[in-house]
Amino acid sequence: MNLDLVLLAVADGVSYAGLLFMVSLGLTLICGVMGIVNVAHGALYAFGGYAACTLSLQVMQNTPSTFLLLLVLPIAALMVGLVLGTAIEAGLLRRIQGRDPVQQLLMTFAGFMVLEDVQRLIWGTQPYSAPDIIGRLGTVNFFNVTYTSYQLVLIPLMALISYAGLMFFLRFTSTGRQVVAVTHHREMATALGINAKRVGWLTFVLGATLGALGGAMAAPTTSMVPGAGADMIVLSFAVVATAGMGQITGALLASLMIGLTRSAAVYLAPEWEVAVPYLIMALVLLVRPDGLFTVAQARRI
Amino acid sequence: MLNMIGFVGAILCLLLGWQFPWSKTPLIMGLCYGLASLGVSVMMRAGQVSFGHALYAAIGAYTVAFVTRAYPAIDGIVLLSAALLVSGLAGAVVGLFMVRYRGIFFGMLNLALSMVVFAMLGKMYNWSGGTDGLRMERPTLLGFTLERADFESSLLIVVVMCVVGMVWLVQRYFKSAAGEALAGIKTNETRLEYLGLSARLILWQAYVLSALLVGLSGALFAMVQGLVTPDIGAWLHSGEYVFIAVLGGSGHAIGAFLGAAVFETVKLFAAAYMTGIWQMLLGLTLIFVIILAPDGIVGLMRRKSVHRHQEDA
Repeated sequence: MNLDLVLLAVADGVSYAGLLFMVSLGLTLICGVMGIVNVAHGALYAFGGYAACTLSLQVMQNTPSTFLLLLVLPIAALMVGLVLGTAIEAGLLRRIQGRDPVQQLLMTFAGFMVLEDVQRLIWGTQPYSAPDIIGRLGTVNFFNVTYTSYQLVLIPLMALISYAGLMFFLRFTSTGRQVVAVTHHREMATALGINAKRVGWLTFVLGATLGALGGAMAAPTTSMVPGAGADMIVLSFAVVATAGMGQITGALLASLMIGLTRSAAVYLAPEWEVAVPYLIMALVLLVRPDGLFTVAQARRI
Repeated sequence: MLNMIGFVGAILCLLLGWQFPWSKTPLIMGLCYGLASLGVSVMMRAGQVSFGHALYAAIGAYTVAFVTRAYPAIDGIVLLSAALLVSGLAGAVVGLFMVRYRGIFFGMLNLALSMVVFAMLGKMYNWSGGTDGLRMERPTLLGFTLERADFESSLLIVVVMCVVGMVWLVQRYFKSAAGEALAGIKTNETRLEYLGLSARLILWQAYVLSALLVGLSGALFAMVQGLVTPDIGAWLHSGEYVFIAVLGGSGHAIGAFLGAAVFETVKLFAAAYMTGIWQMLLGLTLIFVIILAPDGIVGLMRRKSVHRHQEDA
């Protein structure tokens, strides 16, 4: 394996980790705040991707502006996040609030099954893609390797923006601090006058939007097919569990770790590619049962 | 009452298969689903949901395929025993690790392991036949060489016998000291430990039992199909097992089979009248079950019979 191949593998890994991180970020946020593992997150990823394809096809015909075309991606994600996030949170999860977490998990699983078929009814089974964006942005050269600037620059940039934005929101804004307060102790936060219901909705929509953003950003690089959501949800689960539930910075490192190892596996041992993320997760959980970055918590009685 | 339903159901299955030969395969499939879901519902009694138990179905099925390809003359009953042995052993080893985890980590770790095995089965061509799977000859049953129709009938009888035996066994287990302690893990694990019981040991026993049940289901599935593909270990199947177990409820061993009956009916109905949205129907069913009947069909029946007893008194 020469240097060019190593660089290529790193570029693959970083770009893939960026996508993975955006999806996992939404998942871990919802998990940290609401204590729910949202299986329907995979459907949000798929809907984000499909919506981005449809919208960008419309926009592409009407304007030559690349900037507008790029703007379509977050807008599609926001639309999907608002509509589906609200539907899942208010329609399903609020009805079984405070019940056994396993039942909440199954509820989102049911939501996922329904949304998979809704997606099939809207977009059918043929593959969709939004490939023009990559072409318009051109390529970058570093050392001897040529790579598309969309994948090497824009995706990691977007991932970092999401990360920084979320951190800023949680640390320095009043609403964000309310979210953190609810995460720590819902009852106490309610007693202090925080509208926990609204915070729950906000968190869920935010997380859903991040999941859809992952899909929308992935749309130009791959083609969206039925089943894409299922693959993604299992993978981002692996990231979240490796990092520890609700660990945002941890998720960033875990996605990089999984993304890079996976792309290394693609070049070195292709048949192991699919298994690598789960092997990493299993190894991590064997040594640290609560994930890599979980801090010990005092038990509440 | 639930015991009665079990006996009537078993006889009904045999009668149906005898009267309508086309129904034999769907019946066997449905009962296999029920067996696997029974395995999942054993763990659910302790409040642990595994999203990876299809792994043991794959282990059972591939054991049958490997053994029968290595020794073509071997009997079907021996094959089933071999599958039970291997899946039980696998469950015992994997269980050593799994019992350290609870809740979502338990579910995810099972899922991760099943995904690794699933991926490997699909990739290791010379060894597992890749995604094409392994085809196998019809084995003899108790020494009889059978044609297809007779083989299916005999297999249906074997499956029904397995199911009745397993339901009896699991129900006995639920009522035993270990089984009651298992339900205690869901209620309050700390209290259980204070009573001097090892939660991990209890959970490990249940895990081995659940691996056995799912492994048996996989082996039977392989025998009726005559073909084993990696698909049997896919995580969507694990999800279906969980679905059925929730639908039926883990209050009684019969629940998994009631759930499987509803599951197969919805699937058949949707395939006939609403092609393309059967998954949506299943999802909506699950939503209604969780909101209206969180303890599943068994829970609903228990609630009704409690009411009736109160009215009598």
